[in-house]
Amino acid sequence: MSLLLNILQVVPMQYYLMVSAALFSIGVLGVLFRRNAITIFMCVEIMLNSINLLLVAFSTYHNDSNGQVFVFFVMAVAAAEVAVGLAILVTIFRNIRSVDIDDLKALKN
Amino acid sequence: MKTLTYTSFLGIFCLVAELLNLRKLLIPLVVLGLVVIGGLTYADLNAESASYFHDMLRTDKFSVSFSLLLLLITALIVSLGQNFFKEDPSKLSDYIAIIIFALCGGIAMVSFANMAMFYIGIEILSISFYILAGTNKKDVKSNEAAMKYFLMGSFASGILLMGITLIYGASGSFNLGDISLYATARNADAIFFIGIILILIGLLFKVSAAPFHFWAPDVYEGSPMLMTALMSTLGKVASFAAFYRLFSICFSISYDTYGWVLSVLIALTILIGNFSALRQESFKRILAFSGVTNAGFMLMAISSIYGKMEGPLFFYGLSYSLATIGAFAVALYVSSVTKSDKIEAFNGLAYKRPLLSALLIFAMFSIAGIPPFAGFFAKYFLFAEALKSGHFWLVLFAIVNSIISVYYYFKVVFALFAKSEQTFEETPSPVYVAVALVAVALLIIAGVAPGLFMPF
Repeated sequence: MSLLLNILQVVPMQYYLMVSAALFSIGVLGVLFRRNAITIFMCVEIMLNSINLLLVAFSTYHNDSNGQVFVFFVMAVAAAEVAVGLAILVTIFRNIRSVDIDDLKALKN
Repeated sequence: MKTLTYTSFLGIFCLVAELLNLRKLLIPLVVLGLVVIGGLTYADLNAESASYFHDMLRTDKFSVSFSLLLLLITALIVSLGQNFFKEDPSKLSDYIAIIIFALCGGIAMVSFANMAMFYIGIEILSISFYILAGTNKKDVKSNEAAMKYFLMGSFASGILLMGITLIYGASGSFNLGDISLYATARNADAIFFIGIILILIGLLFKVSAAPFHFWAPDVYEGSPMLMTALMSTLGKVASFAAFYRLFSICFSISYDTYGWVLSVLIALTILIGNFSALRQESFKRILAFSGVTNAGFMLMAISSIYGKMEGPLFFYGLSYSLATIGAFAVALYVSSVTKSDKIEAFNGLAYKRPLLSALLIFAMFSIAGIPPFAGFFAKYFLFAEALKSGHFWLVLFAIVNSIISVYYYFKVVFALFAKSEQTFEETPSPVYVAVALVAVALLIIAGVAPGLFMPF
């Protein structure tokens, strides 16, 4: 256990930055290229989780607990956001029987 | 602080009102509540600035005056709701409660002193708007508007949050004062500047500035008309106030790194908004693109970081919101009669309903910037301050474009006088007339005596 803790403490800051940058980019690309609304929601969640990881890493780096508290705010907001998003998705599914965002074409000029 | 607390309680009261069988009285009670909260807030206008909740919120002249503006906008729009929700009265208290919660988010956005409050405020406002955009559940267009708004909005919030995180990583604090100390004290890290750019992108999304404006016309067209009015006034003013507060406190020192990007985007926003509006047939889409153009004008306040921009920004927000609310009040009547939001729907209104037409014409004159209405002075103050910051070419470009914009505002005015079979026999609800009248009267008063509405 203590060995594991030692390893965790010697992981340099930039590794955390790289991992969360990679996760964030995966999320962004997913939002841009996926066409299924539920997959897009999950990609937004990946973005938010990469941010949470980075916040915790920075918080330890600065010896400041504010960052970890902020993570809880982010989680609460993300939960509220997904609740609203899924509700919107259900109303869409009732009307057009599909969750593919390419089927949403009523508003084009 | 007390504005935020009382407004939250008002929102909770709306939710409980259905249990107390207050459906008929709800809207008058809420408007009364908003007026009372406005009065209590007004008493603080000249008070010393104070901070609350461990420096999460700070009330100063900026936050108090913008809170008052947001309360005024919400009161006008909630009073329009009396007629709007007639077909579905059982949901009335829910919708009004969500509008009030959006107002809470807006108040948090104008009085934050910490990044946490900034983020929470933006999210409360946005999540309420996602719901309100989709309130017309049976209509595919309204569903689609809600979905688009939700996807774009949550994506933008993610980018904004990444920016906040990187700034925390560089400066070690979420407090605005500490961040600005960090930015002035030493050479900031590269991730600090990346953070600024990411926050800038997120906020440009929220204020619908080019190249992140593409959601706005679709969302505005698909949402129910009252919600369009709410988003284009409350949402825009609150986002701009938050934008200005954040950038003037924290990032003005780093202006050189993002200033030129902002200038290019302002020119692009004004141009795209104007030229897309020229060929629109729908009233809502015209106002959506006019909102994009006006976002470009208001962005000049953020770009002119050396000027005293609180006053011009406040006055511009006031005149833009009042004119938009006045125009939408008339459009609500027209669309309730003709069931259409095309410009042709307005044909012949001037012969049948002269008062409403006159109010619409005045509102359009004000947005277009024709004196003696407030819109002219709003543009004048803004451009004059921007000139002092050395944005000569930008101001020239903005003036040329605001002359071009007169064309599409007048398209609506000319439609009023066109021949048509539409008789407009239904008497307009007195609420629509009253709200349009109040909005236009305030526009004229603010145009004649701008000093009354300049708290700074």
